[in-house]
Amino acid sequence: MATAGTDVRSGDNLSESPSARNLGPDSRRRHFRRELGRAWKYRELYLLLLPAILFFVIFRYIPMGGLVMGFQNYSPVRGFLGSPWVGFQHFETLFALPKFLEVFRNTVIISLYKLFIGFPVPIIFALLLNEVRHLLFKRAIQTVTYFPHFLSWVVYGGIMVLFIGPGGAVPEGLEAIGLKMPALLVNPKYFRTILVITNIMKEFGWAAIVYLAAIASIDPSIYEAAMVDGANRLQQTRYITLPGLRGIMGIVFILSMGNILEAGFEQVFVMYNPAVYAVGDILDTYIYRIGLVDGRFSLATAVGLFRSVIAAIMIVMTNHILKRADQPTLW
Amino acid sequence: MSAHIDTTDYEEQPLRARWHSNRLAETTIYGVLLLLGIISMLPIWHTLNASLSSPEKVAQAVLLLWPHDFTLDSYIFIFKGKALIRSFGVTVFITVVGTALNLLVTSAAAYPLSRRDLPGRQFIMLFIMVTFVFSAGIVPGFMLVRSLGLINSLWAMIWPTLVNVFFLILLRNFFENLPDAVIESARMDGSSEMRILFQIVIPMSLPAIATMGLFYAVSHWNEFFRGIFYIYDPAKWPLQVLLRSVVIQANLNEIGFSNQDMYGNAQVSQLTIRAATVTAAIVPMALLYPFVQRFFVQGIVLGAEKG
Repeated sequence: MATAGTDVRSGDNLSESPSARNLGPDSRRRHFRRELGRAWKYRELYLLLLPAILFFVIFRYIPMGGLVMGFQNYSPVRGFLGSPWVGFQHFETLFALPKFLEVFRNTVIISLYKLFIGFPVPIIFALLLNEVRHLLFKRAIQTVTYFPHFLSWVVYGGIMVLFIGPGGAVPEGLEAIGLKMPALLVNPKYFRTILVITNIMKEFGWAAIVYLAAIASIDPSIYEAAMVDGANRLQQTRYITLPGLRGIMGIVFILSMGNILEAGFEQVFVMYNPAVYAVGDILDTYIYRIGLVDGRFSLATAVGLFRSVIAAIMIVMTNHILKRADQPTLW
Repeated sequence: MSAHIDTTDYEEQPLRARWHSNRLAETTIYGVLLLLGIISMLPIWHTLNASLSSPEKVAQAVLLLWPHDFTLDSYIFIFKGKALIRSFGVTVFITVVGTALNLLVTSAAAYPLSRRDLPGRQFIMLFIMVTFVFSAGIVPGFMLVRSLGLINSLWAMIWPTLVNVFFLILLRNFFENLPDAVIESARMDGSSEMRILFQIVIPMSLPAIATMGLFYAVSHWNEFFRGIFYIYDPAKWPLQVLLRSVVIQANLNEIGFSNQDMYGNAQVSQLTIRAATVTAAIVPMALLYPFVQRFFVQGIVLGAEKG
């Protein structure tokens, strides 16, 4: 999620009662009773929380128990309890597996391409849009550029396939001017480029929103002062607007770094094909294929665990960096 | 806002030159933005026109900027079969029922968590945040859904997305910032917490809840992976899964397009069919989009300013 600004730091502590550590056993029991009594007063609130808590237990925590599959030779017939334990064997297999290393590399490469090539586009777009005084034009451009964000990758990828795939407008057009178009979607040379470009086309408009909001929050009197000093619009952009965006640029960049193992599962899944596996296969698609398609549950669970652990470390690190920089954090 | 018009120039001498360079800069800016807008819409526009054109024209023309030989045959064809309508039904069901449950459970949980005096609040937040940082992954999730007997059930696309941690926290923050006085006085009057939630807190937060509902609804409408992972019966496929099969993999028999049609049918071709199918899936989103956009932008800006 690129939605930055969420101050989620909990501001409680006020309500916590003094710790029972220094009290005698008798009063500790009394203290516990009192706490229980206090909690009982809140039973209605706990009842309201119950459905959500049940959801998290069942759909988020119980699957974590299923991670034992990664350390077993899991067989659906024998179940979790009956399947033999193999320790870290799957992980050892994995790190010696050329396919796994390839998939891992693809994931990181695609993410980094998207990050570095895609990062400046919404910023430039927001800066340009900010110069537009014609409100109707501005709104029209925003409406049109935000729209693809709301389409699923199946829809947008489908449109792209019809547009640049065999018989589509792009190859036909190039052929009309005498250029022979290589089949784009099945050619390993072009596949990553297509992922990056189509991703930018779909998301740049929407990604500009946080920058537009940041620009809108810059104090107008700074611009007025600069104008009095004779700064032209380019200079105003260079010395006022851009520095004003530094904070949000940092947040967006760090958040994307934290998502580095998220190379775009849905996009890759709908656009790739066996001809481009060597460059386009990413961790998520690989896990899906070996796990749910081939039924190699244990190996796929091991890959998934590896991915989840790294992702968790990245999120914690991201949060830490944001906190150090005095920016809004997740917790 | 930095939109300033330089009508009064302070220095006299370079006025003409500056006016010219501004004119040039302005034209460039408008030109680039127009180009970006066109890039965003062109593939979608082309596909829309392809779906409304006759097959020969689609095969001949390079880029379709308007319908050539306007015809609705492709749409008549895709809605003749049951598959597309059925998948629309599935997606409408998971969107409506799913969003209603999302809103109910998320609001019910956000309210207690917004109460600073709730004993154990910090522990519960930690319990929830852990799931945000660490997830078990695809395969254990699949095992769970299977052992719950939800394979080939539409509920497999509803229950696993019941609460989104991110939205839950945003809504909790929103509730925390509501004026205490009203809630406090209701509590003094002896209203139950349920009453306070449903008769005071939720009505006071309707814009925020509507925004959240739109977020949830769009994600249900675009639901794809759970359809791929858990639904093997094509009669229960959500729209996106059918679309992938028809539009991307060109499995046109999925919507009743046989080999005979391919050669003996001049009314439609596989390109126009695929274009019509994908366009049909966009239409509801496009109709809802003006509202969605307004709410979304407000919501995002709200979230950004809070930080």
